[in-house]
Amino acid sequence: MSAVSLSNIVKRFGDYTAVHQMSLEIEEGSFVTLLGPSGCGKTTTLRMIAGLLDPTEGEIAIKGKRVNDVPIHKRNLGLVFQNYALFPHKTVAENVAFGLNYRNVPKDEARRKVAAALELVQLPDLGARYPKELSGGQQQRIALARAIVIEPDVLLLDEPLSALDANLREDMRVELKRIQQSIGVTTVFVTHDQTEALAMSDQIIVMSEGRVEQVGAPEEVYNTPATEFVAKFLGASNLLSARCADMAGGDIALELPGFPKIAIPRDRAPRVSGPGPVRLVIRAEKLHLKAEGTPADGLLSVDAVVENVDYQGQSARYFVRVGDHQMQAINMIEDHPFATGAKVSLQFRARDCAALPVESPS
Amino acid sequence: MSIEQREARQPWILLTPALTAIGLLLIVPLVFIVVYSFWLKSAAGADTPGFFLDNWQEALTDPFYRDILLNTLKIAAVTTVACALLGYPAAYFIARSRGNKMVLLVLLMLPFWISYIIRTMSWINILGVSGALNSALIWLGLINEPIQMLYNETTVILGLTHFLLPFMVLNIFVSLDGIDTNLEDAASSLGATKWQGFLQVTLPLSLPGLAAGGLLCFVLAAGTYITPVILGGPRDAMFANLVYEAIIRQLNWPLGSALSLLLLVVLGVLVLIYNRYLGMAQLAKGLG
Repeated sequence: MSAVSLSNIVKRFGDYTAVHQMSLEIEEGSFVTLLGPSGCGKTTTLRMIAGLLDPTEGEIAIKGKRVNDVPIHKRNLGLVFQNYALFPHKTVAENVAFGLNYRNVPKDEARRKVAAALELVQLPDLGARYPKELSGGQQQRIALARAIVIEPDVLLLDEPLSALDANLREDMRVELKRIQQSIGVTTVFVTHDQTEALAMSDQIIVMSEGRVEQVGAPEEVYNTPATEFVAKFLGASNLLSARCADMAGGDIALELPGFPKIAIPRDRAPRVSGPGPVRLVIRAEKLHLKAEGTPADGLLSVDAVVENVDYQGQSARYFVRVGDHQMQAINMIEDHPFATGAKVSLQFRARDCAALPVESPS
Repeated sequence: MSIEQREARQPWILLTPALTAIGLLLIVPLVFIVVYSFWLKSAAGADTPGFFLDNWQEALTDPFYRDILLNTLKIAAVTTVACALLGYPAAYFIARSRGNKMVLLVLLMLPFWISYIIRTMSWINILGVSGALNSALIWLGLINEPIQMLYNETTVILGLTHFLLPFMVLNIFVSLDGIDTNLEDAASSLGATKWQGFLQVTLPLSLPGLAAGGLLCFVLAAGTYITPVILGGPRDAMFANLVYEAIIRQLNWPLGSALSLLLLVVLGVLVLIYNRYLGMAQLAKGLG
């Protein structure tokens, strides 16, 4: 039984459709991320699960029970907001105890649970303070403690790290994952940040314009994007027009002008059904720049010219030209980065490439 | 002059226009009133300068003044409570409405474009013997003779509530509008019903606005004299009417001065107590 299940959910605001026919099963205890740019419907979806919005069509079930008509205060969900949303007139301990007041928890037990929750978020001594006396990171931990102390069936996190500054965000990411694993609560996390999604999730649901683009484990979504949108949204990818020449055997043979023939494994192109035009996808970090004339040594190799260098310290992002194509490559720097105008040989493995069917322009 | 000296002067230069205005328009007249209150009106009509306590003695010992003062405070209190009860839901509605907030606020301010006296007098057309309400009741056959609804304490409170409601709504609105709606959502997600969430979160956070609106309504109501003149009966005079009576009708400036200072001191003390116990400063601190 899924912890959360959405079937054919549609949400319209007037003429605007925010979520199209969305179906989703979220497993008990898993950490699932709704990832997408702003306006893709991820927050709308979260708010429908929470009960803050009613779906226009479709069914939402939590632990197998239909909850469309269950008001938010009876759904037993933990909700964490981007702006923390702590009650400013209540102390930290009162904030955390808030949900217990509506659950007939005896006073002693409530006090114990609040202490345990504060312990879990590693802020055991702040109970008597007011939220405004805490830093952003501390406030978000308290918000998390307040949400988990009620032992929710599902924990819903709406961009909880986005208001924090960069360093703190990374610490909180690790912290959040640790807490989630230690209590094993089913978690739905909404973010537009691919790094957060890749680092924390058991499963990522990539959304765009109200539709699900791909559902999969982080590695799967990153390495084998199901659509051009996913390929472009996660990491830096090169998308090239190519032709599938042959599907005989275990490999798919791809041809594109200026490149040697590329034979990629069938599982790297699950959606390509037959010969014809396709899109070749290759990650920027899988393209290696080598000095001109370096032996290919089993790799595919093409000649290229460095057009631009974006120096980033330990690594560099190169914009290189191969015939008519401009491609980007992200490489670690050994000694010195290649200079603009340098002639290089661009080397990559065929199995790091993926192929997608050509999408009809929508 | 050094830079520090110049910087130290700057605030005072900026404050000068305001301080001059307050000094000339508020402090100086107030000093006149204080001085006047110790003079004496002689039977001949000319005021006698000096230091006499007669006016103060009369103002503080005559039960007539005391009763009217207490009644004035009672009317102000009832008006304030009425404004709070009527104004809160309206302010909540405006603060939580999407999109058309500005339109609703303009509608709220619209009555200010019409003179307060005209607005007060409009009640005569509604509640008067040949007013709208009586005509309607007679037309419906519920009564045969028009009822005398005007010129009593209730109509004074009605008129004051009508006048002061926008002040209350605006103050509560500002407070409610500043409350993050996520807080109510957070409360619901934790198991509170809408009503419980309101009582636990929204209401306490809007108290500063309610308190400020209440104070404003109370002070304005306690100092009013037009409403009782238009909508009150002969026995419904409020304290400001006594001041008016003393100064304009009897030309007794010294007594009028003493009476107006008495009202000022009583309201001032009430404001201080109010501040102390409602702890507005404390509430404001909590909101950071």
